[in-house]
Amino acid sequence: MATLEINDLHVTVDAEGGPREILKGVDLTVKQGETHAIMGPNGSGKSTLAYSLAGHPKYTVTGGTVTLDGEDVLAMTVDERARAGVFLAMQYPVEVPGVSVSNFLRTSATAIRGEAPKLRTWVKEVKETMENLQIDPAFAERNVNEGFSGGEKKRHEILQLELLKPHIAILDETDSGLDVDALRIVSEGVNRVRETGTVGTLLITHYTRILRYIKPDFVHVFAQGRIAESGGAELADKLENEGYEAYVKGGVTA
Amino acid sequence: MAEAQNSPAPAGSTTTGAIAVAAESGVATRNSAAPSYDVGDFPVPHGREEEWRFTPLERLRGLHDGSAVADGGVRTEVTAPAGVTQETVGRDDPRVGRAGVPADRVAAQAYSAFEKASVITVPKETVLGEPIRIAVHGQGGVAYAHQVIELGAFAEAVVVLDHTGEAVIAGNVDFLVGDGAKLTVVSVQDWDEKAVHVAQHNARLGRDASFKSVVVTFGGDVVRLQPRVEYAGPGGDAQLFGLYFTDEGQHQEHRLFVDHNTPHCKSNVAYKGALQGDDAHAVWIGDVLIRAAAEGTDTYEMNRNLVLTDGARVDSVPNLEIETGEIAGAGHASATGRFDDEQLFYLMARGIPEVEARRLVVRGFFAELVQQIGLPDVEERLLAKIETELEASV
Repeated sequence: MATLEINDLHVTVDAEGGPREILKGVDLTVKQGETHAIMGPNGSGKSTLAYSLAGHPKYTVTGGTVTLDGEDVLAMTVDERARAGVFLAMQYPVEVPGVSVSNFLRTSATAIRGEAPKLRTWVKEVKETMENLQIDPAFAERNVNEGFSGGEKKRHEILQLELLKPHIAILDETDSGLDVDALRIVSEGVNRVRETGTVGTLLITHYTRILRYIKPDFVHVFAQGRIAESGGAELADKLENEGYEAYVKGGVTA
Repeated sequence: MAEAQNSPAPAGSTTTGAIAVAAESGVATRNSAAPSYDVGDFPVPHGREEEWRFTPLERLRGLHDGSAVADGGVRTEVTAPAGVTQETVGRDDPRVGRAGVPADRVAAQAYSAFEKASVITVPKETVLGEPIRIAVHGQGGVAYAHQVIELGAFAEAVVVLDHTGEAVIAGNVDFLVGDGAKLTVVSVQDWDEKAVHVAQHNARLGRDASFKSVVVTFGGDVVRLQPRVEYAGPGGDAQLFGLYFTDEGQHQEHRLFVDHNTPHCKSNVAYKGALQGDDAHAVWIGDVLIRAAAEGTDTYEMNRNLVLTDGARVDSVPNLEIETGEIAGAGHASATGRFDDEQLFYLMARGIPEVEARRLVVRGFFAELVQQIGLPDVEERLLAKIETELEASV
């Protein structure tokens, strides 16, 4: 059973006037089959956590550990982390000129699975997953994220999530910028993956709206670079009513 | 005439262009001297002339100022299927220089300096099943060359011009494409790293003739090619494709000129380049002139560049000049994109190793043009070359 363990994680980012600490000791354990919502105000460090786990070079880990089933994630390169089963659905997916979606998906699936998927079953698999996410088949021939609308980019991220079947899925504000229809479609995609029971989900969001579609087992409030409070789904209701004010104004320690 | 941007930016690219509607052509006259067979008609360039402003003259090894003296250090081998005639002729042969006039000092220098020209003829109505292969292998020498390829009416041929080795070479290549004939030329510049290659390609298309040129440039210190097309009758169709991979320190310049001087002809230009490394410099000039007489012209030109690392520079300048409104279509496009760390992160975050990520991007970028080559051995060699270049950079 896959388990992601984050212990006392400290992360800095280079800023004018030297490195600035964004994550100040994050502790979190995500097990296969569980869904954890990480909620927090802007600038609290939620996205930094997501990108640090995926290994983005912009962030420097200065302390703490991250392990996946005991393996040191921080020692892995970005692609090794992905192959180990960590998936990050990005808030701002990047345009990649010259690479078609179909070529990208197949190359990625080949890398993650360790062998090229059989063409016939692969074509079917992609087609069905795209239909479920209401993605136009013509998408396959477009360049990755090039000229995609905000909603198309997010659906493309979830398409990858469904095809790559990670052990740990980190969804970084996948709900942001989506209208209600798109939010529902994307959430259904996430739920299909969750229902397999083989993925631990880290759902990072600013809003409670997505939690109406994706029910979390745990809710964590992120503030000032660490988890300020943890609870069950009911904590989201409290945030819905009271907002983040209590956490932003400070004084709250976990 | 719009002036192209020429700022000395150390990295990145400039992309600029112009569509001019003019009674008198700037494209045809803005060079420092009119086309001429005589090198004496061109002053020695100093680098600020319109046609030389992107070129590092100091690296031309004297091709531009008359100081490079031919010593014959270049070997040329021709392999041709049956039915093809090969001749070595003198300067006075009427076929020599008929496809076009040297447009700049180095082309005129080559024309003034060559001793014997090579003429390859495909007789009329002969359709070749195999390509004609012309292998030019530099052995460290200086050479001035003149090559003529003539297709009779309704003949069909594929010609591969393959440049390898080390040389300082200036030349003119003439393509005389007869009425209704079809010629495909693949010119591969796979030089060793110190080579300097400056050449003008002149295509003269007969009535209803088709000409396809695929220029593939990866080697050399300086490569500067000028593919030029003119039409001897209506119905001509020219397709000019190019791929280049410009590596650290290399200067690769492609200057195209399509002279729509005849009604109801077509041209389509598509050049793509990838660049990596410090001081990799690619220049693309796409000049298309639609003269007043050329009613019914249909033309499009496109240049795309993919900058893989910092320190590389692209100058891309399409110029479309239109002297008649009675045309079927005319357009141009130029764009330069970067492959950056965020793209690399995105691909790697999907499990794709770094080398493969770069390969994926570059192969995808070139794919549509690679397919245009139509010769599996050249395509495979090109792809292998790209892989080697990419692996060397990581």
